[in-house]
Amino acid sequence: MITEARKTVSNTRSLISVIGASSVGTLIEWYDFYIFGSLATVLATKFFPEGNPTAAFLSTLATFAAGFVVRPFGAIFFGRLGDLIGRKYTFMVTLLLMGGATFAIGLIPSYETIGFLAPTLVLLLRLLQGLALGGEYGGAATYVAEHSPTNRRGYWTSWIQTTATVGLFVSLLVILITRKSMSKESFDEWGWRVPFLVSVLMVLISYVIRRNMSESPLFAKAKAEGKTSTNPLKESFGNRYNFKFVLLALFGATMGQGVVWYTGQFYAMSFIKTVCNVDAIQSDELMSVALLMGTPFFVVFGWLSDRIGRKGIMLIGMLVALLSYRAIYEKIYQTTNLKNKQEITTNFSADSTTAPDPKVDGGFIQTKTIKREYTDGTKLTEVSKLKIAADPSAEPAKPDIKKTVLINDSDRWTLIWLIFIQVIFVTLVYGPIAAFLVEMFPVKIRYTSMSLPYHIGNGVFGGLLPAVATYLATGAKEANLAAEKAGSALPYAAPYLEGLWYPIIVAAVSFLIGLVYIRNRAQVVD
Amino acid sequence: MNTIKRYLGVVWLGLAALAGYFGITSLGLPKLTSGKTDDLVFGIIIVFVLMPIIVGGLARFGLYALQGEYDESDNRS
Repeated sequence: MITEARKTVSNTRSLISVIGASSVGTLIEWYDFYIFGSLATVLATKFFPEGNPTAAFLSTLATFAAGFVVRPFGAIFFGRLGDLIGRKYTFMVTLLLMGGATFAIGLIPSYETIGFLAPTLVLLLRLLQGLALGGEYGGAATYVAEHSPTNRRGYWTSWIQTTATVGLFVSLLVILITRKSMSKESFDEWGWRVPFLVSVLMVLISYVIRRNMSESPLFAKAKAEGKTSTNPLKESFGNRYNFKFVLLALFGATMGQGVVWYTGQFYAMSFIKTVCNVDAIQSDELMSVALLMGTPFFVVFGWLSDRIGRKGIMLIGMLVALLSYRAIYEKIYQTTNLKNKQEITTNFSADSTTAPDPKVDGGFIQTKTIKREYTDGTKLTEVSKLKIAADPSAEPAKPDIKKTVLINDSDRWTLIWLIFIQVIFVTLVYGPIAAFLVEMFPVKIRYTSMSLPYHIGNGVFGGLLPAVATYLATGAKEANLAAEKAGSALPYAAPYLEGLWYPIIVAAVSFLIGLVYIRNRAQVVD
Repeated sequence: MNTIKRYLGVVWLGLAALAGYFGITSLGLPKLTSGKTDDLVFGIIIVFVLMPIIVGGLARFGLYALQGEYDESDNRS
């Protein structure tokens, strides 16, 4: 009896260290992945100068490629490696690859110093980051699941699930601390490199921890018995019986999970920043608080999935998300909408300066700054830049207007709660999914089979969300403008909500497929 | 339930065809031909990455469903 109790304690301890090693590594991978996106504006000025079409092309490629083109390839490449040589060594490689690439981005000289080599190097390193991320998640989830007792896989793997959100949170925090510890000029000059360089310390610590871990017991057993696959790719995707489960995992679970995940964590942030014009630092703070509040729920729903089944929890997440997105985003929009606020007209201020345009000989830039304050404490700063050509007969340019809204405490909390609700949707769909995917496939092809649907669902369907949503919203806005010019009725009452049709439709299809085709308690395949 | 699963196979096949048609004509081709760099990359991804996955994957899923591959007798579904 005492021996049994000791064994359980020791098993739990070793499981905690397995999860610690896997989670810290995966967290760092996500951290590395996110800082590029979070610092995109600064990076654009350093590596991808404005007005140069080739640099702009490389910039777009770098942004898109790592996000959803390369990740599935990484999933296939490292998944195959993980099923052939083992989980532990494969996700050690992905960790070093990701950490090395991120560190190197922090060291690349700017475009001004080395010209086109700078954006080219950034693009290559982004490709490496995407490949590494494609291989990391499947390895970590499989490794933890294969160490866990069958009836607690949902709980233990849910710790891995927290890493994507915690990685985003840590990346926002490091950027925020770096920004606040120096002047804006210093940050733009060299401070942006700090978050990239810091990652090397985290990677080294994680590498040391992971190096001392043993191989997954299920994989080690399969290998000792000679039951590993000799061609995991063929067995995963060339075998009709297994491939139908790959498709089911993709369309019935990861596709819906991907769009809910991206809407809650990224579309929300971009909507608040670009549509509602909320100040960048304030937006990051709102996101950080909501993420921090929501993160424990990954573990709650992972634990619950061991008791009541994974399917129900994931499907509820998709359903409540698709039913409530429009109402949530309408509320976000109206909370920050200045038309709903009363201006203090006495606090209005306007300032105008004109300076020579450094890019055009004889040209000028006229900058107008308008500041408004509202009775509820909201503040608006509107900076309008107008380029005045040297030739007075030239067609006048359109001014470039940038609005920044600083919201009050009450509105801040309203937005935090609205983001928090979306993070809860994310935890519902994402908390149980690692265990769900792991249990769908046999040990010998598990890494390969689960990695691909996960990265297509998350990376491709989710990753395309910002671009497709922006496209839909812009289309609606343009249709309204055209109708206004023609004097006809506006076709869209709320064009800013039109982008949400993408996650709503994708989640609805995934919900229906999951509801009909996935069993509540899928048989565990080992 | 098996009958519903099989009949829905037709829906997935139809959805794959619809997604392919609108994805390429409304989303992909206009982006490819707009002449803007950002649009070009986006268009290439839509036409050559997203559409093959959606159309090919969903059509295959629909076909499997129609053929009864996801019937209850299979214990992993």
